[in-house]
Amino acid sequence: MSSDGAGRPERREEVEERADRRLRRRYASERAFRTAGLVAIAFSLSALGALLGSIVLDATGALTVHSVRLELDLDPAQLDPYGDRSPDSLASGNAAAVLRSGLASEFPEVTGRSEKRALGELLSVGASYDLLDRIVAEPELLGSRLEFRALLSDDADLALRGETEEGVDEADRKLSGAQQAWLASLSERGRIENHWNLRFLTTGDSRDPEIAGVQGAIRGSFLTLIVTLLLSFPLGVAAAIYLEEFAPRNRLTDLIEVNINNLAAVPSIVFGLLGLAVFLNVFGLPRSAPLVGGMVLGLMTLPTVIIAARAALSAVPPSIREAALGVGASPTQAVLHHVVPQALPGILTGTIIGMARALGETAPLLMIGMVAFIVDLPTGPTDPSTVLPVQIYLWAEAPERAFAARTAAAILVLLGFLVTMNSVAVWVRRRFESRV
Amino acid sequence: MDVIGWLWLGLPLLAGAAYWLGQRQALALTDGGRVEIHSLPQHYGQLVLVWAALPPLLILFAWLVIGSTLVDAYTVAAVESSGLLTEGQSASAIVVDVHTGMAEIDGADASPAHGAAQAAIARARGMFGIALAALVAVAGGAGLAYARRRITPELRARNQVERILTAGLMACSIVAIVTTIGIVLSLFFEAIRFFELTSPIEFFFGTEWSPQTAMRSDQVGSSGRFGAVPVFAGTLLITSIAMSIAIPVGLMSAIYLAFYAGSATRIWVKPVLEIIAGIPTVVWGSFAALTLGPKIRGFGEVVGLDVASESALAAGIAMGVMIIPFVSSLSDDALNAVPRSLREGSLAMGATDSETIRRVILPAALPGIVGAFLLAISRAVGETMIVVMAAGLAANLTANPFAAVTTVTVQIVTLLVGDQEFDSAKTLAAFALGLTLFFVTLGLNLVALTVVRRYREQYE
Repeated sequence: MSSDGAGRPERREEVEERADRRLRRRYASERAFRTAGLVAIAFSLSALGALLGSIVLDATGALTVHSVRLELDLDPAQLDPYGDRSPDSLASGNAAAVLRSGLASEFPEVTGRSEKRALGELLSVGASYDLLDRIVAEPELLGSRLEFRALLSDDADLALRGETEEGVDEADRKLSGAQQAWLASLSERGRIENHWNLRFLTTGDSRDPEIAGVQGAIRGSFLTLIVTLLLSFPLGVAAAIYLEEFAPRNRLTDLIEVNINNLAAVPSIVFGLLGLAVFLNVFGLPRSAPLVGGMVLGLMTLPTVIIAARAALSAVPPSIREAALGVGASPTQAVLHHVVPQALPGILTGTIIGMARALGETAPLLMIGMVAFIVDLPTGPTDPSTVLPVQIYLWAEAPERAFAARTAAAILVLLGFLVTMNSVAVWVRRRFESRV
Repeated sequence: MDVIGWLWLGLPLLAGAAYWLGQRQALALTDGGRVEIHSLPQHYGQLVLVWAALPPLLILFAWLVIGSTLVDAYTVAAVESSGLLTEGQSASAIVVDVHTGMAEIDGADASPAHGAAQAAIARARGMFGIALAALVAVAGGAGLAYARRRITPELRARNQVERILTAGLMACSIVAIVTTIGIVLSLFFEAIRFFELTSPIEFFFGTEWSPQTAMRSDQVGSSGRFGAVPVFAGTLLITSIAMSIAIPVGLMSAIYLAFYAGSATRIWVKPVLEIIAGIPTVVWGSFAALTLGPKIRGFGEVVGLDVASESALAAGIAMGVMIIPFVSSLSDDALNAVPRSLREGSLAMGATDSETIRRVILPAALPGIVGAFLLAISRAVGETMIVVMAAGLAANLTANPFAAVTTVTVQIVTLLVGDQEFDSAKTLAAFALGLTLFFVTLGLNLVALTVVRRYREQYE
C-alpha cells in the first residue's frame, strides 16, 4: 500500500477490477458452501430413500405365496390310522402321502420312485399341516374328494416369481429341470394361485421360509416391553421427581447426575454383558426369557426416561408450584398433586420414545440368549422366546434365499410398530401440551 | 402357582387392608369431629400401609435376589449326601442340567442322581416357600400391629409418610449408581479371571487373535491366542470410515438447516433426519449386509478391485449414515448456542454468510462441535448390530477398507452367543473386551460431556 502510494498511483479501474474479482471469488465460495450443505442433506435423504425402497422392494416377495390347487382323495386308511376318527388318530394321519398322490395324479407320466419324490418336493410341509388341520376340524370329509389349496415350497415359490438360478451348476440348483417343467405345466393349466401370505402374521419361526412367521417374535417383543415398562417407568419417574424437585445440591446428587448422563451413552451391548453376568449367572434367572430381556432393556431405557421426565418437570411453570405452596400444600403435595400431573404428558412422550428405542434394540438380547430358534409361541414372561429385531437378525443370517424377503417383511412389521408408537407420542404431546 | 407367587399376589391385599384399618382407626379417633387429629385420616392409612407392606416387600425382593442360590446350594448338598452320584458326575453340573431341562431324556430321569436332584429342588422350593411365608406373615403382622398402636391424634402422620416417600424416591435415583457399579463389577471380575489365564500384555499388545479354543485339551492350538490389537484396529478402521461420512455430512446438514434453509424446508427435513436416527440398527445392519455389501462387491469387480463380501466399507458406510442425524442434531445445538450478536456483527461488517459461519460461528461453537464428534465416535465404537451383520469375523490387521475386519463388539457377540459354558478363556475374553469398550466409551463420553457443559456455561 505504502509502496504503491509512493510509486505509481494505482489506476481506479485496476482497483475496481481487483475488488470485483475478489467479490466474485467470495460469492463463488459462498455458493459452493451452500451447495455443499444441500448435497449433505440430499445424501442423507437419498440414503434413507434407498434403505426404505430396498426394504419395500424385497418385502414384496413375502407378502404373497404360491399354492397349487389339487384334487385330493381323502383316503381314510391314510388319514385315520386308528380307524376311530378320534382327534388323536386324525392328527397323526399321513397327510403328506395324500398330497403327494394328489399331485402325482396330475402327472400320470411320472412313474419312477426318485422322480415321484422330486415331484413331492415341490410341496411345502405347510401343506400337510393345513390338510391335517382341515381334517381334524371337519372329520366328515374323510372318504370324499376335496379340492385343496396346497402350499408350494420356498424354492418353487421363488421359481414362480421368475427368480432363475442362472449361473448355478445344474447339480447345485435348488430346482431340477424336471421340477421346473412340472411347475410350468401346472402354471399353464391354471392350477397355481398367488395369494396373501397371512400365515406370516400368525405363526412362529420355522426352518421353512414359506411357513415362517413373526407372531412368536411379536409376542416376545410385547412381553419384553411390558417388563421394560414396569421397570423403567416407575423407577425413572421417581428418580426424576427426586432429582428435579427434592434433591439437595450435594456430592451424591452430582454423582447420580453424572452417572445418568453416562449410562445414557454406554453402548447397549454392555448392558447385555451386565444381564448375562448378573441376572443369568448370579441370580439364576432363565435364559432366552422376556423377563430378563425386559430387565436389561429396562435398565438401558432408564436414563432416557429420567432425562425426558426431568425435562418435562422443569418445564412446568414455577407459578404452579408456588400457588400450591401458597395455599398451604406441603412441598410433597405441591409436587405430587400439581407439578407431576402437569408434566405427565411430557413424561409419557419421553417414555413412549424410550420404549420405541427398546423395541428396536437387538445387541443386549443376543447376550442373554434370546437368539435361540424358537417355534412355539411364548405365553408368559419366563417362556423362551425371541423378539422382532432378533428375528430380523436371524433371518438375515439364514442361508435360504427366500428368507431375504421374510427379513424385509419383518422389518416392515417392526417399522410399523415404531411409527405407531412415535405417532402416539406426538399425539400425546400435541393433545395435552397446550393446557398450561 | 407356588407359595412365592401367592405371596406376591397377597401383598396388595395386605396393603389394602392395612390402609383401610389405619384410616378407620384415625377416623374413629376424631370422635365425629370433636377431636383434632394432626393429619388427614388417609395419611394414617398410608403410614400403616407402609409399615405393614414394606417389610414383606423387602423380604420378597431379597428372595428374588438370593432365592435360587439358596435352593441350588441345598440341592447340591442333598445330592452329594444321597450317595447316588456315579463316577465323574458333579452335583453342581446335575443342578445345571435340571435348570436347562437336560435332566430328563424322553420323560425319564437321565440318571438316579438327576432324579434325586429334581426331588431335592422341589423339596427345597416347598420348604423355603413355607419358611418365607411364615417370615412374611410375621413381618407384615408385626409392622401392622406396631403402626396401629402408634396412631394417636398427635402423631404427625403426613410428615412421616412424606419423609418415607422422599427416601423411596431417592432410592430409585440411586438405581443409576447401582447399575454403573453392577456393570463395572461384573465386567471387572470376569476380566480378572481372564487375565489370570492370559497376560494383559498379550491381550493389549498381541497381534494374533484366534479365540476358538479346541474341544479337547490335547488338540493342537488348544489354548487360543488372545492378542486384541487386530480387533482394536478393525474397530478403528470401521469407526474412521463411519466418521468420514457422518462428520462432514452431519455438520453441513446442521449448518444448512440452521443458516440457509427456509422455515418450510426445516420443518419437514428435520423430522425426516430424525427418522434415520429412529431406524433400529438391525435394519441398517441387514441393509449393509444384504444390499450394500453385494453392491460394493459388484462395483469392485467392475473396477477390478478385490473386495471381500463382508468388507469394512459396507459396515462403515451404513454406520456413518446411521450416525448423521446424531452429529447433525448435536452440532445444531452447538451452533444455536452461539449468541446472535456475533453473527450479526460479522454480517454487518460485510462478510458473506459462509465467511461468517466459517470464521466466526464455527470457531465460537467449536468446543460444542468437538463434543458432538466425540459422542458420535463413542457411539460408533459401541455400535454392534451393523458390524455383527456386515463386518467379518476374521481378525485381519489391515487398513484396507475393502478387506474384511472384525471389531470389539463383533467379537463379544461371537464369543458369547450360544456358549453356555462360562469359565473358558474364550467366554471370559468377551468380558475383557467389554471392559475395554466400557472404559473407552466412558472416557469419550466424560470428555465430551465436560467440554459441552463448560462451553455452554461460557455463553449463558
